[in-house]
Amino acid sequence: MTGTAIVSQASATIGTPAVNFIIFAFFVLLTLVIAVSAAGTNRSTTDYYAGGRAFTGWQNGIAIGGDYLSAASFLGIAGIIAIYGYDGFLYSIGFLVGWLLVLMLISEPFRNTGRYTMADVLDLRLRAVPVRAAAALSTMTVSLFYLIAQMAGAGALVSLLLGVSNSAGQDVIVTVVGLLMIFYVLVGGMKGTTWVQIVKATILMAGAAVTTVWVLSRAGFSLPGLLHHAAAASPAGKAVLAPGLEYGVSTATKFDFISLALALVLGTAGLPHVLMRLYTVPNAREARQSVVWTIWVVGLFYLCTLVLGFGAMWLVGGKQILAAPGKGDSAVPLLAFKLGGTLLLGIVAAVAFATILAVMAGLTITASASFAHDVYAGVLRQGDVDPADEVRVARITAVVIGTVAVAGGIAAKQVDVAFLVGLAFAIAASANLPSLLFSLFWPRFTARGALWSIYGGLITAVGLIIFSPVISGQPGSSLISDPHVNFAFFPLTNPAIVSIPLAFFLGWLGTVTDRNPPDAARYARMQVRALTGIGAERGGRS
Amino acid sequence: MARTTPGGGTVSSTAATQSARGSASGYEAVRASRDFWTLRRRFGSFIVPACALFISWYFLFVILAVFAPGFMRTSVFGAVNVGLCFGAGQFISTFAIAVSYRRWARRRLDPLTDRLRNRLEDGRRQ
Repeated sequence: MTGTAIVSQASATIGTPAVNFIIFAFFVLLTLVIAVSAAGTNRSTTDYYAGGRAFTGWQNGIAIGGDYLSAASFLGIAGIIAIYGYDGFLYSIGFLVGWLLVLMLISEPFRNTGRYTMADVLDLRLRAVPVRAAAALSTMTVSLFYLIAQMAGAGALVSLLLGVSNSAGQDVIVTVVGLLMIFYVLVGGMKGTTWVQIVKATILMAGAAVTTVWVLSRAGFSLPGLLHHAAAASPAGKAVLAPGLEYGVSTATKFDFISLALALVLGTAGLPHVLMRLYTVPNAREARQSVVWTIWVVGLFYLCTLVLGFGAMWLVGGKQILAAPGKGDSAVPLLAFKLGGTLLLGIVAAVAFATILAVMAGLTITASASFAHDVYAGVLRQGDVDPADEVRVARITAVVIGTVAVAGGIAAKQVDVAFLVGLAFAIAASANLPSLLFSLFWPRFTARGALWSIYGGLITAVGLIIFSPVISGQPGSSLISDPHVNFAFFPLTNPAIVSIPLAFFLGWLGTVTDRNPPDAARYARMQVRALTGIGAERGGRS
Repeated sequence: MARTTPGGGTVSSTAATQSARGSASGYEAVRASRDFWTLRRRFGSFIVPACALFISWYFLFVILAVFAPGFMRTSVFGAVNVGLCFGAGQFISTFAIAVSYRRWARRRLDPLTDRLRNRLEDGRRQ
């Protein structure tokens, strides 16, 4: 097993597992204390799902940043930059630009027309139980996909930093991570989880900023100087400063990147765990304020990532990064070790670990809210349910989802984190965004159109992933490594370029062929409520 | 918020908006008002061009990066090339659009929504 030999060799060269472990434990303890002390009672649905709607715009904006900046961003994007250069930068811009859509089209109307979940918005407009069920299914699918991506990242990170190189040891750690995450959600609810996100985002930003300044100081505080050094250190030379190394290889990879870009720019506005956060503020203006804060947090973070990525290319080198466990994901930890030794490595790694935990807690609470509020209360009990009972179901669901995510994370250990997240964005943009936009802004939209769009987008996106090179056909990178199994008839790894337009088209087609007339009175109410907030759920501190 | 319960915590809805929620006519009245018509027009007049602008600007960048890497490689000064300037431009435009939308919404949308809401709630109270 040469793989294991490389792993243990590499883990021997990176930090002291004992120091890393102590710093990890400190961060975990810190976040646990925060979650427990911020939790409060969490008995009502508004407390458990929406943190009592008592957060201010800037608090929630930082928390959304915390939810959004997952391990895929911190480790994944910097890793892609460290290996491929400019193409990683392209990736990060897609993750940022999509926020403008959330800000201008979604945040205020969404806050005004819903209560706890995305399905609430569709339900206010269409009043149809099947639509609620469909929206819940797509919410849970996207959350679970994202959750597994995070879990896979946790396994790689831990194996790198704690010196746990054997497979069984990694599985144990993924399980511990899952248990911690379930604990946050059960005890903290949305309030505790939000505070964990705020603290995590602050530490993450601080850690990224310190490391960035450190890298820049090595390059004489000159960005062009840093780029020059990075290009000189890379075997590809100046090509790393321009697009094409990862996505310019063939026509398929070019269209693959356009597909990914479409998923990133439209997917953010369909991510359920981001959308649900808009309910934790008292009104639509604070929701708008939140998203502006998020844009600053996310944008500044990705600017740091650019420096970190090129810094790792220069100071660590692509060869050593690719040899380490987790490949590109290990670029930032290796860079931290190079700059600040064991201590900085431990801190950066613990921040990354806290990031994974916090993002997973946010995803779990979203998926469990969707099941309890939409499926259990809305579909199975048709709204006739006691709030305490609903919260109890949400807690049980959180445990189930956490368990599924642990199993998925163990199965998907080998898959690249940033890549899986790109797929989750594609599913979110296909299944959620069209019906959301049509509900808010198209007077004719009907329940049939919503069902066609949600199921059409969901099935196409997931189906094309199954029949893509992600799953089979490319031994080495596909999930199924057997070269004889090949059912990849779809050439692209990201389905967005097909599934998003199709979902919009199906929403339109389902509506115009619907014999039932659109409900004009409901649209009137929706429109007034979306734009003015009259009748919206309010909340706030006393 | 002015309207919160003395005990603190959450106010899911006020008495005034609760009655508005019950009656479709309240919404119809708001929708028929001149202020609401202005609100809708203003909302569209900013959002539609702003979204069209940032999406086409972003895809111009993506398409150039994918199909015109030679152009993106052109040096501007030292190691800095056209592609990097384009990328930086995306960051700057995103910050600028976000901040100007917030300013614009505060000045042009918020006074209108306040007026509409107050009028409806005052009408309910009488």
